[in-house]
Amino acid sequence: MTDSRNIVIIGGGHNGLVCAAYLAKAGRKVTVVEAAAQVGGAAATREFAPGYRASVAHLLYLLDQEINKDLALESNGLSIAASGLDTVALAADGNHLTIGADSVEGAGLSSEDKAAYKEYRRFMSKFAAVIGGLHNQVPPRITYERNDLITLGKLALKVRLLGRDDMREFLRIAGINIHDILKENFDNPLLKGALSMDALLGTFSGPRSNNSVFTALHRMSGNNAGAAGAVSIPAGGMGAVTDALAAAATRAGAEIRTGSPVKQILMDGMQVSGVELTNGEQIAAATVVSNADPRTTIMDLLGARNVEAGFARKINNIRAKGNAAKLHLALDDLPGFKGLSQEQLGQRLVIAPSVEYVELAFNHCKYGEYSAHPVAEITIPSVHDSSLAPDGKHVLSAIVQYAPHELGAGWSEGKDAFMKVVFDLLSAYAPDIREKTVASELLTPQDLESEFRLTGGHWHHGELALDQFLMLRPVPKSAQYRAPVDGLYFCGAGCHPGGGIMGSAGRNAANVILAK
Amino acid sequence: MRTVNFSQHDHYRNAVFPSPFHARQKEHNQLREWSRWSDYLSVPAYWCADMEYFAGRNACGVFDITPMVKHLVTGPDALPYLNRLMTRDVSKIKPGRVGYSVWCNEQGRVIDDGTIFHLEEGVYRICSQEHQIDWFMTNTLGFDVNIVEDTHDVAALAVQGPTSCAILKDMGLQGIEDLTPFGLTYFDFEGTQLMVSRTGYTGDLGYELWIGPDHAERLWDRLFDAGKHRGIKAMGSDALELLRIEAGFILAGVDFLPAMEAVRPSHTRSPFELGLGWLVHFDKGVFNGRRALQEEKEKGSRFHLVKLDIDGNKPANQSFVFTKDEKFAGTVTSAMWSPSAKASIALASLEAPHGKSDSRLELQGHSPLQQ
Amino acid sequence: MTKKYDAIVIGAGHNGLTNGAYLAKAGMKVLMVEKNDFIGGATVSLELYKDDWKYSNCSYVCSLLRPEVYRSLNLAKYGLQIVPYGGSATIAQNGDYIGSYVDPDVARREVARHSHRDADATVRYDRDIMRQCRFIRQFLLRTPPDPTSFKPRDLLEMMYMGKEAMKLGEDLIYDTMRFYTMSISDFLDEYFENPLVKASHSGSGIIGSALGVMSPGTAYVLLHHAMGDVDGSMGAWGFARGGMGAIADAMQGCFTEYGGQTVTGSGVKQIIVKNGRAKGVVLENGDEYFADVVVSNLTLPRTFLECMDPKDLDPGFLKKVRNFKIRGSSGKLNIALDGLPRFTALPEGSELARGDMHLIDSTERLERAYDDWKNGIWSQDPYIDMLIPSLTDPTMTPPGKHFMSVFVQYVPPKVHGKDWTDDQVHQFGQTVINQIEEYAPGFKDLILHVEIRTPRELEDEVGLTAGNIFQGELTMDQLLFNRPLPGFAQYRGPVRGMYMCGSSTSPGGGVMAAPGANAAREILGDLRKTNTVPEGWLDD
Repeated sequence: MTDSRNIVIIGGGHNGLVCAAYLAKAGRKVTVVEAAAQVGGAAATREFAPGYRASVAHLLYLLDQEINKDLALESNGLSIAASGLDTVALAADGNHLTIGADSVEGAGLSSEDKAAYKEYRRFMSKFAAVIGGLHNQVPPRITYERNDLITLGKLALKVRLLGRDDMREFLRIAGINIHDILKENFDNPLLKGALSMDALLGTFSGPRSNNSVFTALHRMSGNNAGAAGAVSIPAGGMGAVTDALAAAATRAGAEIRTGSPVKQILMDGMQVSGVELTNGEQIAAATVVSNADPRTTIMDLLGARNVEAGFARKINNIRAKGNAAKLHLALDDLPGFKGLSQEQLGQRLVIAPSVEYVELAFNHCKYGEYSAHPVAEITIPSVHDSSLAPDGKHVLSAIVQYAPHELGAGWSEGKDAFMKVVFDLLSAYAPDIREKTVASELLTPQDLESEFRLTGGHWHHGELALDQFLMLRPVPKSAQYRAPVDGLYFCGAGCHPGGGIMGSAGRNAANVILAK
Repeated sequence: MRTVNFSQHDHYRNAVFPSPFHARQKEHNQLREWSRWSDYLSVPAYWCADMEYFAGRNACGVFDITPMVKHLVTGPDALPYLNRLMTRDVSKIKPGRVGYSVWCNEQGRVIDDGTIFHLEEGVYRICSQEHQIDWFMTNTLGFDVNIVEDTHDVAALAVQGPTSCAILKDMGLQGIEDLTPFGLTYFDFEGTQLMVSRTGYTGDLGYELWIGPDHAERLWDRLFDAGKHRGIKAMGSDALELLRIEAGFILAGVDFLPAMEAVRPSHTRSPFELGLGWLVHFDKGVFNGRRALQEEKEKGSRFHLVKLDIDGNKPANQSFVFTKDEKFAGTVTSAMWSPSAKASIALASLEAPHGKSDSRLELQGHSPLQQ
Repeated sequence: MTKKYDAIVIGAGHNGLTNGAYLAKAGMKVLMVEKNDFIGGATVSLELYKDDWKYSNCSYVCSLLRPEVYRSLNLAKYGLQIVPYGGSATIAQNGDYIGSYVDPDVARREVARHSHRDADATVRYDRDIMRQCRFIRQFLLRTPPDPTSFKPRDLLEMMYMGKEAMKLGEDLIYDTMRFYTMSISDFLDEYFENPLVKASHSGSGIIGSALGVMSPGTAYVLLHHAMGDVDGSMGAWGFARGGMGAIADAMQGCFTEYGGQTVTGSGVKQIIVKNGRAKGVVLENGDEYFADVVVSNLTLPRTFLECMDPKDLDPGFLKKVRNFKIRGSSGKLNIALDGLPRFTALPEGSELARGDMHLIDSTERLERAYDDWKNGIWSQDPYIDMLIPSLTDPTMTPPGKHFMSVFVQYVPPKVHGKDWTDDQVHQFGQTVINQIEEYAPGFKDLILHVEIRTPRELEDEVGLTAGNIFQGELTMDQLLFNRPLPGFAQYRGPVRGMYMCGSSTSPGGGVMAAPGANAAREILGDLRKTNTVPEGWLDD
């Protein structure tokens, strides 16, 4: 029953599609099976209210430019509505800072801070490039094998090439927390708050949590719009990216079957033999690639009994506590944000007025509570892309933190109350937000989990942290995209180099499969 | 009457507890010496270890094995669960049968060895030396199975030696003579269930008797009553040690270091390295250690366990083994003077490729020995 | 008064004394200068209540002291005796407790009382911690390499470390990478299910640290507390007979016997630098002493921000010193008791009271204690590490009386950003006493005398900047070649002839004596003198 040439990819998220496109380009027979009616997973652009569309992943900052080129995404329909957005750090009193790629402006900002920001961007960009340089690399194992030694040697060389002073600084800060680094460099609370939030979006950590320098660097590790960490908004929402990827994959010969949820991965003895869909249909394949998160893949689709217990335990121990909720508002007009011009509403707006504020917001989620005063990353993509809302209307898309996956009170109880907290928060900055809102959607990590089959509702498919990175991601010895089951591969964000619409995991996995 | 409630707050007042057979052990314990075995008091020797050994070889020796760690495995997935846990094919152990097995971690290193009793269809008991509940529970991920440790709920005696069958028959266990090696069966014992398995740790004819702790003393009495003309003797752990080395059986913590305790991973052993390759069944699907053991089978093992027959009468305990040209070859793990073979014998773990059959090795650099 | 020595060591704490002893042993003429009237720094026993009462005022238990130092300085000869203490108890609010008994079977049953599975998992946990201990111990008496250097010595040391890491084997390397970057809370979650079991293990992950149990990096802090030993029993802790001052006294005995001299009662005002070279010290009382080697056992900020002229230092270097993380997070109560307190949860006369006692039931409760610290206030429900040394060492108190040492976390160096007031110090003490009273009714009535120490007192008295007991946080940015600062991890200061030997340097604090010994080895090497500092013993 096993068709040795066929490759099935479970999940048509961006990594699954990238993987499919590369495999198909190399002449493999590829079938992508996607549970939802459309491809894209959490990147898909969905209608959340009649005439209003948004995608859960709302900003593009990590998409790998080689993938962009290799798969000719532009000719496959991708266009960017706006790029290189500034970050506007909001204060409740209407004061704000405009943070750009190499400068920061705003009232009350000292010249020291302005100069320090330039230096901060310099060294952080440089260090982020070290991390970014690893993205298209299959993580080495730590052995005396020649290939592993070469890869490790190259990594060491990259760090050395930073130069003595920067190398020292890199080795000093890479493992610690953003609070300390910001404190060393800046005075302005608003600036520190906004910069700290960049490190924390999508993670289970506060500014003082070690690892947050690493996550800050990870977020800046893209080479997307000319500057480290620069953000763009695709025309048509993030779904446009995945649609373009799907088009590229299809054009290369891959078959994409939507509305086809996988029930289980099939085994023939010790070898993967295909997948069975929930409708009972079986698709034979000697190679199965899972874009689902590692826990879903092993525990739900393959079954823990088909792997050794030590491996199952490691998979089970992957930390994937989603903390970010997603808010979509349908607005019948642009809201008025205190102190901001209409033009500025097209930028990336950030509510994280100080590092202490963010830390306090984080405290709650440690105990299974949502933040009393959350932090938020807000965009109004319809400013750049009128296709997302009816004429003259707008869409507000925000990541709101912290909202723990395991809410002590339960989300069925807590969701309405949290919605109120979120509106209160937004109203403090945009007093007319309630009256402008005609419809809203709040997706808690629980919702993200059930809607997109993401364990823990975690957009990285597993906490992004030093103990779950590179050769440790998703678990040691399986970081090379190979599960310890013959024929089974991982290609999702649960693998190196993690989430954020990047595509590298999918491409690396394809390379591993093609090298077999 | 349960002798002890092990979970009471004041358990700490005594480091060890009397076994359900304690009162009888005390009567027989002429030497008045006690040792510890897990949570229980145990007897190293009742009157003379050597004579107790001979009782076990020539008549019948009775040894209290209550402290063995026991787990009950039930539930719809009991068999697939055990097959993933154990290196051997557990489906071959039919109801009413017992099988010896080892279990490994994902590096293919032995965590422990023990016996699997297939009590009735889908109900298994695992007996082992070490506590295993953490690992056994870890293994339940993905299985519908129940694991209960019931060590303290079952009292057990090993009844070993050539007259053991006759004694049990005299005790009223009709049909015991039909029980084949590694078989188990049940009897009514004064209104309670007595399980008897034809198993043991001596390599001789022998049985193990399993009963509720409340009936322990009564069982002992009936047994010794039935055996008084057939040379029955209480046997201590020293005698059992002699019997098991002679039989070539390994002991956790002595002949190998359980993988869960080994601070130095290099001190652990695989089933192949313990001479237990026959317990590794690659034709049964996934099991813990499979990948590592497959690789080891292809590339070769680093150690192997050998039985040494040592010239002369020098004791070999704790010795190092060298080759003729004085290269370190390994260590003796268990050793004894075998009263049956009238020879100094030992179990040793040697580094590959030393000690292939018929090779001659030196012990501590002197006494030549022959395998 | 002017005097010339071969070397001057600033600060007669245990590292300074260790350093001085090895230099003196190599034949150097060494002067030890100490600001207090007593030696020992934070390794000290003082009579604070009445004549026949002795306290270990700051550091209070011993485990990390390098056995190599113990033996090579012959500390037993100078009266030092380390006595292991048995037991340890974590007492929960619901009246139950979990005890750590000396006997392995009793210990296992005690955990099993709370979780059968956790009792068994403890074997795996102990094994994994022990593996980490064995790995790190071999590096403690070695100077960290500079990873940016191309010097043969650094390259060789890097290779040595790499080789030792590779010896662990692939699986253990990954375990190690994870262990060093995880939070103790996440780490424990991988082993245990019972909250009290987890709580009983978690305290070591934060003691002395300005991190919470949920902060990544705290698993390492736990290792820092586990890697010591008493008589080869790794992870065990003990009392120094007569209090921790016995350690300093023994070191001082050795130092003096090798000809070392000590001046107490006046601190260093400034390290004298001439033509870019350290030349000696000026004391607060105006005395000047000269030497071509000046070794500071003070914290990094104290050394460079308080005892040196900024003109002698590079501004970039000073900025780094100011950014050095040395945040106080601990306080201490030393209590003289009229009798033994009775903890209602514990059985009467329990041996567990001989060890450290904690009043905590979950990692969450411990994390909340940290939240208070972040907010600039002492923990309202603090974590305490409480011992009654007089149960083990009757020489410390009059018969029937007891000395209780209560280490408290978290205590901020400043309250809401302002200096501590006497009133607040008192309130802090009451917070702790009230908590103990909850678990041991009648405790308050037994109190004869209390000495309350916040970071303010720790800094003022023994010079621990911000009251940080490790002379600097034990986080990745301040460990190994990053400690105290990148590029300055080899015990040499930025000025020629000037060295650092305090716990601010690698491998950090905890009454280990390794920084003092390692610094001595570097100094003797620079002077081309015979090395008197022992190599680390490798554990079998």
